[in-house]
Amino acid sequence: MGHLTAAPIDPAVLTARIESPAHGAIASFVGQVRNHHGGRAVGRLEYSAYGPMAEAECQRIVREAEAEWPVRVALEHRVGGLEIGDIAVAIAVSAPHRDEAFAACRFVIEAVKRRVPIWKKEHYLDGAVAWVDPTGSPLDEVPAS
Amino acid sequence: MPAPSTQIVNVRVLLFASYADRLGLESVRVALPLLATVGDALDHVRTLPGGDQIPPRPLCAVNLVHAGLETRLAEGDEIALLPPLAGG
Repeated sequence: MGHLTAAPIDPAVLTARIESPAHGAIASFVGQVRNHHGGRAVGRLEYSAYGPMAEAECQRIVREAEAEWPVRVALEHRVGGLEIGDIAVAIAVSAPHRDEAFAACRFVIEAVKRRVPIWKKEHYLDGAVAWVDPTGSPLDEVPAS
Repeated sequence: MPAPSTQIVNVRVLLFASYADRLGLESVRVALPLLATVGDALDHVRTLPGGDQIPPRPLCAVNLVHAGLETRLAEGDEIALLPPLAGG
């Protein structure tokens, strides 16, 4: 099953995918589009990806989590145009007990941010547009004309 | 005289997001000497118009896996130059 989707993400669908009678704990993380960044008002954004590598890297991250802890993991990341409040990423993890569920869920979101080749272009309410560099300031900003 | 084909590796370099915008390109075919590395492919791309906007040590991947600049290239490899990641 693909980890990247151009369609809206439904966290309940991810949770249903990893539920198990042997697992008493489910931890989830949902990342939504924020209406501000660096003190500026954001109107909408676009995620683009190196699709084949992003899929492969998500798969590797899920496998690493499932090898490290006794968990089942579901992970989806949205690509394309998103509005404020849209879900950008969702993770659901089931485990026998809560410690493993929380640990694996945290591992997955941190690994996604660090390793999956996805980029975010922010459209600000003042009309400017920029690729986001989480390590610094916006890249190659095109100011409002 | 062109070097014999066994002395050359032909690779493709993919550019994304801000890097693609800076060069106005999404992919470049590059022929490099045998034993060339990711760093050699990067050096070539950085000589193209707009290429000086790519940092000297960007994130890179070879055939869908993160790779360092010292990674040796083989015929047909797909190299990707990755701007700062911003998923999640």
